[in-house]
Amino acid sequence: MPEYIAKTALEGRAPLDVAGTVLMEVDHGRIASIQPFPAQEKAVAKVLKPLGFGFPAVGKFAVKDGALIAWSGREQAFLIGVDCPDFGKAAAVTDQSGAWVSLDLNGPLAVQALARYVPMDLRLSAFGVGSAARTPLYHMSAVILRLGEDQFRIMVFRSMARTAWHEMEVALKTLAARAA
Amino acid sequence: MRIEGKGRIDRSKVVHFTFDGRKYKGFKGDTVASALLANGVKLMGRSFKYHRPRGVLTAGSEEPNALVEVVGARNQTPNVRATMQEIFEGLNVRSQNRWPSLRFDLLSVNDLLSPFLSAGFYYKTFMWPRSLWERLYEPVIRRAAGLGSLSGTHDEGHYEKAYAFCDLLVVGAGPAGLMAALVAARAGADVILCEEDRLLGGRLLSADSNIDGKPAGAWLASVEAELRALSNVRVMTRTSVTGAYDGGVYSALERVGLHRGPRPDLPRECFWRITAAQVVLAAGALERPIAFPMNDRPGIMLASAAQTYLEKFGVVAGRRVVLFANNDGARAVARQLMAAGVSVAAILDSRLDASAVEDCPVYLGAEVTDTKGRLALREISGRHAGGAFQIDCDLLLVSGGWNPMVHLTCHMNGRPRWEASIAAFVPMADAVPNLRAAGACNGAFSTLECLAEGAQSAQSALQALGRAGGVTQVPRAEGLPYAITPLWAVEGKGRAWLDFANDVTTKDVKLSAQEGFASVEHMKRYTTQGMAPDQGKNSNIGALAVLADATGRAIPETGTTTYRPPFVPTSIAAMGAGGRGAGFAPQRFMTSDQASRDRGAPMIEAGLWYRPSYFPKPGETTWREACDREIAYVRHAVGVCDVSTLGKIDIQGKDAGRFLDLVYTNPFSTLPVGRVRYGLMLRDDGYVMDDGTSARLADDRYLMTTTTAAAGLVMRHLDFVHQAHCADWDVRFISVTEAWAQFAVAGPKARALINSLLDQPLGDFPFMAVGDVPLGSVSARLFRISFSGEEGYEIAVPTRYGEALFRDLVARAETMGGGPYGMEALNVLRIEKGFITHAEIHGRVTAFDIGAEKMVSGKKDCIGKRAAMRPGMLGPEREQMVGLKPLSEALITSGAHLFEPAADLTRVNSQGYTTSVGYSPMFGRYLALGFLVNGRARLGETVRLVDRLRGIDVPCEVCDPVFFDKAGEKLRA
Amino acid sequence: MKIPCPLCGARDRREFYYMGTDDYLLRPSDNATEAELDNHLFLRDNPAGKTQDLWYHETGCGSWMVVSRNTITHEVYGAELVMERKKEAR
Repeated sequence: MPEYIAKTALEGRAPLDVAGTVLMEVDHGRIASIQPFPAQEKAVAKVLKPLGFGFPAVGKFAVKDGALIAWSGREQAFLIGVDCPDFGKAAAVTDQSGAWVSLDLNGPLAVQALARYVPMDLRLSAFGVGSAARTPLYHMSAVILRLGEDQFRIMVFRSMARTAWHEMEVALKTLAARAA
Repeated sequence: MRIEGKGRIDRSKVVHFTFDGRKYKGFKGDTVASALLANGVKLMGRSFKYHRPRGVLTAGSEEPNALVEVVGARNQTPNVRATMQEIFEGLNVRSQNRWPSLRFDLLSVNDLLSPFLSAGFYYKTFMWPRSLWERLYEPVIRRAAGLGSLSGTHDEGHYEKAYAFCDLLVVGAGPAGLMAALVAARAGADVILCEEDRLLGGRLLSADSNIDGKPAGAWLASVEAELRALSNVRVMTRTSVTGAYDGGVYSALERVGLHRGPRPDLPRECFWRITAAQVVLAAGALERPIAFPMNDRPGIMLASAAQTYLEKFGVVAGRRVVLFANNDGARAVARQLMAAGVSVAAILDSRLDASAVEDCPVYLGAEVTDTKGRLALREISGRHAGGAFQIDCDLLLVSGGWNPMVHLTCHMNGRPRWEASIAAFVPMADAVPNLRAAGACNGAFSTLECLAEGAQSAQSALQALGRAGGVTQVPRAEGLPYAITPLWAVEGKGRAWLDFANDVTTKDVKLSAQEGFASVEHMKRYTTQGMAPDQGKNSNIGALAVLADATGRAIPETGTTTYRPPFVPTSIAAMGAGGRGAGFAPQRFMTSDQASRDRGAPMIEAGLWYRPSYFPKPGETTWREACDREIAYVRHAVGVCDVSTLGKIDIQGKDAGRFLDLVYTNPFSTLPVGRVRYGLMLRDDGYVMDDGTSARLADDRYLMTTTTAAAGLVMRHLDFVHQAHCADWDVRFISVTEAWAQFAVAGPKARALINSLLDQPLGDFPFMAVGDVPLGSVSARLFRISFSGEEGYEIAVPTRYGEALFRDLVARAETMGGGPYGMEALNVLRIEKGFITHAEIHGRVTAFDIGAEKMVSGKKDCIGKRAAMRPGMLGPEREQMVGLKPLSEALITSGAHLFEPAADLTRVNSQGYTTSVGYSPMFGRYLALGFLVNGRARLGETVRLVDRLRGIDVPCEVCDPVFFDKAGEKLRA
Repeated sequence: MKIPCPLCGARDRREFYYMGTDDYLLRPSDNATEAELDNHLFLRDNPAGKTQDLWYHETGCGSWMVVSRNTITHEVYGAELVMERKKEAR
């Protein structure tokens, strides 16, 4: 019986360093979407508690012991990097592990590079560290997490990984050329 | 001519550039206009219609005359204002609209014909015969009258687009803008300060004024240093704010690389969308000319322009200067020139009550009545109470007063207000929400007023933002009142230009009024005044004043034309930055993409996806050979195809079945667990939206599939139905399109192939079954469904395993006499079986039309059901789906029309059309699916399939759309 | 133009899909008359002034909302989630 090889969307692609800002694919591990059923908020919170999480508020995410839970849309959260606990009948849980590519963008050009494509307010006052947003990255539906002042995680559909990488590379190189 | 010690240019850095093939030197900081003037070049362009020699009129983005072409290695940009283009080493600039040369332009013969070329000339003359318009008149006129030219090739330059957000946007960095930015920045607000010029300062750069008792330059330097040091301030120079839009959005165009030599990845321009909670408009004012006879010669420029050339560039464009003005402010220009050692021959002040005390002769109540000098000004004629006179001069400075730049305040339908005390239009307050005008653009012309209004508007903005602070001492500065007596046009016998760029004179405006085009909007279109690249910045107010005079109305009564964005010419390339090549749209790649390309498969676009068209083999010379071979795999052995692009939606909850019943025409709550059913979805109006199979994975869990084309549409629809009609139901869903890689395995040997993957062979796994199967340690989902009519399976694995599984499936298929098949084969296989795609369910067909009316359950409600029963939605008058089999082996096409054999081939006789066509090796001919009026009752009839575009006229037999195995015995085998 | 998504806050119009009048929330019943269907599908007010229409935060959170705005001034007054509309309002 064959053992199939798993590949991330950009398997083997080296990180891109442009003037100290680095774009790289990260292997996010497991992703499960959690959608609580009506009036099941408490039951959902109970299942998440042992992980040290609550169900994230709109536009927020939390990190704990290498796991991450992020608001990812209306009545929906992504639990990332950890096996999903059993929610029973409290929530609809769906495996999304392979559906996304995760790109980390870290460095001084990060905010300005995103501002080339993302039409929302990325100022710290509006989108602080710990914020999560559903917003387009140019033409692509994306989940964007602010991990630090200059650190972002960008998630887009796996099939669009190459386009997302290309766009970010163009933005970074353009910014670097401006500064040169 | 350069003046030592003047100008904000770097004289240690000599820059070489080319104008019309000749090399010139300038300094870093020069514009093309300032450098050419310094080199004694006054002639910079030819006018639009009469090809008159023209020099520079202004020193800013409103320049109407000095329009040039910038020739780059990868692009050629026409109509660049020489006053805005900064020089850099190697810059190549050409004059435009002249032949063979700028100094000797054959088309200047038009100037001699000017008596015939008045406003409306083209409309009146070239109307008849109509047939000559496109062939003759239009091309000739286009060549003769014109602006710059394009290279005819793609602009390969790099452009950029970006978003920005701020608490306060300050438009313009003159005294008012700087003050506003400073006050808001000190209070901690996020400020974006946009300045069109490369330098901050606005009029402070050229006026000879003091602030707080020191030269304005010192104040400017300290404010600039403070602003640039603050992290909450973004200073954007070379950035023109071009439009005001709903929701506090402003567009701006930044010149990023236009002043530098080309280098990799450096954008030429950046198009900004700035969202601002509050805005201070401090755009300043534009000096306006006076329309006097022959006022368009090289060597005639605005007084403020001469001031700018002197103070910012250390350049004087003449040796003997005359100033013609109707206001006090312009006197300062003469004084600054004299202080710099330039000879001012005379000041002609049109007012009688003005001061005559200057260090040069002053003629009061005087006007310029004529000028001489073909390629450069030589002499002017004037008159005053004492009679007529002539003065030799090579530079005539004109000031007709100032027009506040109200433009942005009018972009949301606002109209400016006439302020008689300054003889100018000023902004209406609150014309744009949260925008305040301050300083010269608000009609406050003194430095002191500008500083005060800047501070005050920032304080108001801070208050609106709910921010404390913002109290800043307004510095002391000049506060002289502005004194003007309007003078729009000087009567005389020569032509007097209003719109230099489009060659519109006072006579044209009067003619327009005389011929009945008396409204300002009509006059504009009749004369083309205000329609050139400067959009009338130099001429609108003067022209409407002349029109008001000609029609006996007051200026406010006459009104202005509509100010529209963009404020400055904006290249389409900047607005569309990034949107070509890979940036045009996301490219979606399947996990099998590399494996398919490895096999040489040409990829075709299916929406955003790239799918293999076919898999060529050595020796095959046409795609048809490959396609026929791949069809044979499926019909006789086994074929493998990546179908991951189909939309997949995971639907969970105890009301999941009920939800599917609502969105599908047929029931799903009755579907047993472990089974799949084909479903049809209608729109609210009863037409077919989409189709696909849905599998019941558990009591409370379904997996819906959609077509590739409609995946997004269906998701949006489900969200709507859920949120609008059953928000309280126990149902949740999410797209899993990208979570699974799914492959069709079809053909008589499909089961054998599947079994070869499994430890245990498939047991009872009937048509339309679904179940989990282990592939080693990976759990796969197996469906028994078919889009080809053969025994078919679709096997899905988590996406990360997609590539490995595809390669394995293909390798196994090849050992069984099969292999991969692409979109071409898939299409033929489904046409042979009469399976529909969005070629058939194109938005105008009903369930009845595709023969699926029985799928609309009578036992339950569903979206679109009632609407689908409206009169006209079903019946013999409708075009119904049929198969079409040509009586010969001739080529047929989709999109062809169907006619009765003896009918005239006219539109009204069209009985239907074809939607899908493929060559079927099984039938040895093309087959089509199509729609035919009352088609199901006409099986066996012959119709003519006609495609007049491609010269196709083929008799076809009308048949059932299922050409092959109607009973479905093969797929149930 | 900005749409104030009740979940995400003010967002650029390009994140949204526009559907049309909020009349579409009033689904005709199974036994609606032809006139009622005609009204539901085709007959639209064309107000000069306040209008309420349906927008979908398509590249955002996936919420459908009713946006109140002014067709003359373009002012956007606010948005309300379709889900949270009272049942009787539907």
